[in-house]
Amino acid sequence: MLLEVKDLHAGIDGKEILKGLNLQVKKGEVHAIMGPNGSGKSTLSKVLAGHPSYGVISGEVLYEGKNLLELEPDERAREGVFMAFQYPVEVPGVSNSQFLRLAYNQKALHHGREELDPLEFNDYLKEKAKIVDMDPQFFKRSVNEGFSGGEKKRNEILQMAVLEPKLAILDETDSGLDIDALRIVAEGVNKLRSPDNAIILVTHYQRLLNFIVPDMVHVLANGRIVKEGGKELALELEEKGYDWVKGAANAN
Amino acid sequence: MTSSTATTQTVFAEQFREFIKGETNDAVRAMREQAFASFTASGFPTPKNEDWKYTNVASLVSGQWSVACGQSQELTPADVEIARRFGVDRNGFAALNLAFGEIKVIRIAKDTSIAEPFELNFAAAENTAIFPHILVIAETGSKATIIESYASQTKSFTNAAVQVIVEDNASVTHYRVQKDGAEAFNIGTTEVSLGRDSRYDSTNINLGAAISRHDIDLKFTAEGGEAWVDGLYMLGGRQHSDTHSVIDHTVPNCVSHQTYKGVLNDHSRGVFNGKVFVRENAHGTDAQQSNKNLLLSNDARVDTKPQLEIFNDDVKCSHGATVGQLEEEELFYLLTRGLPETLAKNLLTYGFAEAIIRKIGIESIKTDLDAAVLNRLSVKLEV
Repeated sequence: MLLEVKDLHAGIDGKEILKGLNLQVKKGEVHAIMGPNGSGKSTLSKVLAGHPSYGVISGEVLYEGKNLLELEPDERAREGVFMAFQYPVEVPGVSNSQFLRLAYNQKALHHGREELDPLEFNDYLKEKAKIVDMDPQFFKRSVNEGFSGGEKKRNEILQMAVLEPKLAILDETDSGLDIDALRIVAEGVNKLRSPDNAIILVTHYQRLLNFIVPDMVHVLANGRIVKEGGKELALELEEKGYDWVKGAANAN
Repeated sequence: MTSSTATTQTVFAEQFREFIKGETNDAVRAMREQAFASFTASGFPTPKNEDWKYTNVASLVSGQWSVACGQSQELTPADVEIARRFGVDRNGFAALNLAFGEIKVIRIAKDTSIAEPFELNFAAAENTAIFPHILVIAETGSKATIIESYASQTKSFTNAAVQVIVEDNASVTHYRVQKDGAEAFNIGTTEVSLGRDSRYDSTNINLGAAISRHDIDLKFTAEGGEAWVDGLYMLGGRQHSDTHSVIDHTVPNCVSHQTYKGVLNDHSRGVFNGKVFVRENAHGTDAQQSNKNLLLSNDARVDTKPQLEIFNDDVKCSHGATVGQLEEEELFYLLTRGLPETLAKNLLTYGFAEAIIRKIGIESIKTDLDAAVLNRLSVKLEV
């Protein structure tokens, strides 16, 4: 088991948002976490990535059998956890390639692998950029600065490609994307799917799942998973709307 | 006045008596004597003076400085006329500068565009005081770049002034880079006057010195002028850096942009005081001013005071100042990419400062400053 979330209660500013969440993710799987606004989707992503504003009240998160929650966000990243942000942050003055090489080399160092010099890294980056159809002119530009919404999201997937995480959490990666940008991002993610990694797609809408077909769909409402099923669950949800599951949440 | 500053004044007075004997140009001698008289009358500024409230120069003025003045160049009556206009009544430092000023004139002839920048490098030797005074006259339709750099390695006192006259349709790009050593004192004044449809673009970088103070005084004298007055101060240890600027819109339809950023670590202290005047007559003015500060330590401090004084309704103006720490979201983003916290913080700090450095159009200076900033932050970024 790559990731095991057991009876997780967590929140922000003393407010409990996740109220006993359970989730199991194996290598090679793609899981979709769906839910209406306020259901706790984003909280789950942020708790897994280690956002300092979010606190865990009780429960356990095991990553490769080890306690993920005691690791700092950067340690989690170096251990192979990656989160694609809903709102990627701009880092003026630092070029994409400089930034990615720093990140790549930190991880390489951690795993006792050889660091790449700028030339070697550039070749590596060029290969990876093909996955999201990104023009190498973006390497020289400051991280996300002046990027359109679609370019930012592609840049997130490029980072994922470069860092080769074992567990990637894509937090509302589809939000704000037009259909062409969505297709490029989704194709990128599909190319990165492998038996050695797992992907958690956090999304409000079903349409992303037309492009990235999940193995499992979990529906979150009021801080708990209220329905689980295969990819067809997303379609059913699309048809019936979130009120359908909200009823289930209240019934619990 | 404390006895030590009185002594310092006496020491300067003795040196001035010797110095002025060598002045052969009557008009220049009269100008210098007048300036020294003004210095004698005002003395050095103290924190009682509103403009020097946050900057105490007691440690500077208690020093025993040996005046090191090179030969001024031969001045034409027109040059003298310009030098005489220098604001010696601003404070004692300005007066002292003109009294001893080692005057150099850069005159860019009408309709001439000079691609190669004029490089002015200053470094004072140990325990000496230097008084560079530069006149830059960009005649009508001309174009030039000035690089003014300070790199005193030891305990010394630099008291510099630059007067820039940008005539009609002329354009001056001005980089001022102050990288004095940690024991140096650096006082500087920049006076700028802009003619019709002229352009002045300046970037002022303050990285060095124990105490540095830069006064900028910019005035639009005819319509259609545009000016950028940007800067960065990046301080650590017990460094103190003070920028006082006045941008004066006295005529209609001029544009001024001012972006100053500060990065303050350890026990350092920064001061930014930026006045923008929009006079009654100055309709159609566009004046933007901002000062953003990043405090990296609980012991660092900044006093910022952007001031807009508008006497006309038909204007577009904005100003603002911020003092803060690194954004948590930005930091978190870098952490989730596996960068250790110190590296992530330094990288963000570099990005904050680089926004000012990046506008520098000369690659060698930009690279040099990038390296200086990164070095201070211990970040290794290679491209």
